[in-house]
Amino acid sequence: MSKSDLTRRGVLRAGAAGLATPTIFSGAVWAASHSGFTNAPEGGSVTLGFNVPQTGPYADEGADELRAYELAVEHLNGGGDGGMIPTFSSKTLDGTGILGKKVEYVTGDTQTKSDAARASAKSMIEKDGAIMITGGSSSGVAVAVQGLCQEAGVIFMAGLTHSNDTTGKDRKANGFRHFFNGYMSGAALAPVLANAYGTDRKAYHLTADYTWGWTQQESIQASTEALGWSTVQNVLTPLAATDFSSYIAPVLQTDADVLVLNHYGGNMVNSLTNAVQFGLKDKIVNGKQFEIVVPLYSRLMARGAGANVKGIFGSTNWHWSLPDEGSQAFTRSFGTKYGFPPSQAAHTCYTQTLLYADAVNRAGSFNPCAVAEALEGFEFDGLGNGPTLYRAEDHQCFKDVLVVKGKENPTSEFDLLEIVEITPVSQVTYPPDHPMFGGAEASLGSCNPGA
Amino acid sequence: MEAIILQILNGLDKGSAYALIALGLTLIFGTLGVVNFAHGALFMIGAFCAVTLQRLLNLSHEVIDDTKKDFLGNPLKVDVPYLADWFGADAAQTIIQWSVPLAILFSIPIMILVGISMERGLIKHFYKRPHADQILVTFGLAIVLQEIIKAFFGANPIPTPAPPAFTGSFDFGALIGMENIIYPYWRMVYFAFAMVVIAGVFAFLQFTTFGMVVRAGMADRETVGMLGINIDRRFTIMFAIAACVAGLAGVMYTPINSPNYHMGMDFLVISFVVVVVGGMGSLPGAVLAGFVLGILEAFASMNEVIDIVPGINQIIIYLVAIIVLLTRPRGLMGRKGVMEE
Repeated sequence: MSKSDLTRRGVLRAGAAGLATPTIFSGAVWAASHSGFTNAPEGGSVTLGFNVPQTGPYADEGADELRAYELAVEHLNGGGDGGMIPTFSSKTLDGTGILGKKVEYVTGDTQTKSDAARASAKSMIEKDGAIMITGGSSSGVAVAVQGLCQEAGVIFMAGLTHSNDTTGKDRKANGFRHFFNGYMSGAALAPVLANAYGTDRKAYHLTADYTWGWTQQESIQASTEALGWSTVQNVLTPLAATDFSSYIAPVLQTDADVLVLNHYGGNMVNSLTNAVQFGLKDKIVNGKQFEIVVPLYSRLMARGAGANVKGIFGSTNWHWSLPDEGSQAFTRSFGTKYGFPPSQAAHTCYTQTLLYADAVNRAGSFNPCAVAEALEGFEFDGLGNGPTLYRAEDHQCFKDVLVVKGKENPTSEFDLLEIVEITPVSQVTYPPDHPMFGGAEASLGSCNPGA
Repeated sequence: MEAIILQILNGLDKGSAYALIALGLTLIFGTLGVVNFAHGALFMIGAFCAVTLQRLLNLSHEVIDDTKKDFLGNPLKVDVPYLADWFGADAAQTIIQWSVPLAILFSIPIMILVGISMERGLIKHFYKRPHADQILVTFGLAIVLQEIIKAFFGANPIPTPAPPAFTGSFDFGALIGMENIIYPYWRMVYFAFAMVVIAGVFAFLQFTTFGMVVRAGMADRETVGMLGINIDRRFTIMFAIAACVAGLAGVMYTPINSPNYHMGMDFLVISFVVVVVGGMGSLPGAVLAGFVLGILEAFASMNEVIDIVPGINQIIIYLVAIIVLLTRPRGLMGRKGVMEE
């Protein structure tokens, strides 16, 4: 991590000043305030903290996130072709950094472990003076780091996190998520599944035993049951499991005709591979072809499953083959620099960086409460997902959701998924007090500028 | 009944992997007295021998296909394997599809080399050090090896499919007049392969002069040395054989689960439990415990069992280890005097 000219004492002083700062300022008042919050930038630069898995099972996804962040910093500072800055509906980004300050960055390694991720985020905030923390490839990590950023008084722009909890029961005033969530996957996927496989289906769920798996399963079950499916059983599988044969084999003994794999990463690769090995894709049950569903797809992970993903439905936040101007600009920019198309994780991280920078510019201040205010209720377009709203009540982005299917005849190692349907945002929108998101008790709390 | 038979079958292939790794661990412990925490890494290196051979067979040159475009809209560059130039497309495809069985031959010299280098280069310096030192240095070595693999191959799993002849599944139920007992061909191959390797190691130790000397050395190293036999050199060869067994287990495991850099660690702890349950230094004990724990683990994952005791699937192996150590402190087939000084 790079060394900052800010000292711990300076941070504490800024924090102490923050104590005296009321949080009811309007944008105009924020604009006059460049101090009184954690890590107020001094001099001509501002430091962002990119907290991504650099080691551990999601290291490849983390590496792609880091590539996207480096590209975003380059574009914010006026380098390269500007990526999605020209297509972004808000026009405050002009290649001169953020609020005229050159963007610098430090990186941390989450290791996809909550305690390690908190430690690296803490280090970037306290030692390196990071004004904003972003990144990650796991919901457990996102919830943990979001909580830390709330306490420290910095903004957290989540990376890849798909659990309902991140902007549900664990939502925080300082935390923002661009990525979609389990509920949205279920709401988008269920009608497509019902259309493809019929409404009289019996589903058997295998679910990763942690926050993401639980909320994902709950969402898919609710969405499919609403369309007439029934749920035979939900079996929780240990996150550390590598061989799923003993979980797959019992499926054969039931009358289930669909297997839903609420798994991600290595779990998804192994459970899908095992399911195909046991001949589930070729099986006929209840007079119907047996089907497998992977609700959350990642192209990087799909590569690990090889030909097993062919014909299997899932959902994704973004795909490089989208034809809109923003997606094409980002794919061209990323592909030219790195030689391969970006992943959905790269896209959401790049987008979050631009959204943060734009919010600071619009607020006229780095004060996290000013930035939060600028992001809340912000409507934008041109960043690859169509018209999008950053909802004020829970800090969740609402946009169209992609339903995809494993491609039968891929032309390259990147061409694994085909877009089956773009589900409109209206179909995946839910009230902020939805029971799956913490109900009426869920609250953002108060913005913390650092104290 | 079908569910029980299916879980026994599942336990056999899982147990095969445990038994092969634990067999190597026991060989090393029995001959060299070293607690080798890098043994899981040898399993992982074996798996990546299969990945490496697959990549070598896929070495290609680019041909530009003007009729298709890549993701940036440029003419698509298509990779054509050199094998296709040399033997024709169909033959090349067949050779590539059989890369995992071919990797058995490819991995043997590599694993022998890795085993000898590991033993001569590092582990021999720790023979007379406490077991705690051995554990620390071999665990460190395991982390270094897996990070090297990650640096070369990335962190994501790499698909390494079985040959098409073995990709389907076998209707085992039809054989015994039952329904819904489907078992993948490759897992049957894995079990049979494990049986052959285990039988080969036992035959080697039992029926060759080399094996007799090694067994004598395991029983009383000093006396064998006083007879003028260079037991150290034989033990080095045994280390290489143990590395080979772990490597072969890894090669054949790749079509079951796509290999990744962490797969050795996933098996390591369980394999140590297998060795302890089987009895330290007991080769038949390691094999027996491997299969017993594999089958118990499969049973513990049954829905009916989890419904009665939630979470049992995650602790069953350790629970059995505690019970065995309380009732039979030397393990199932451990002998008096081994690891008891």
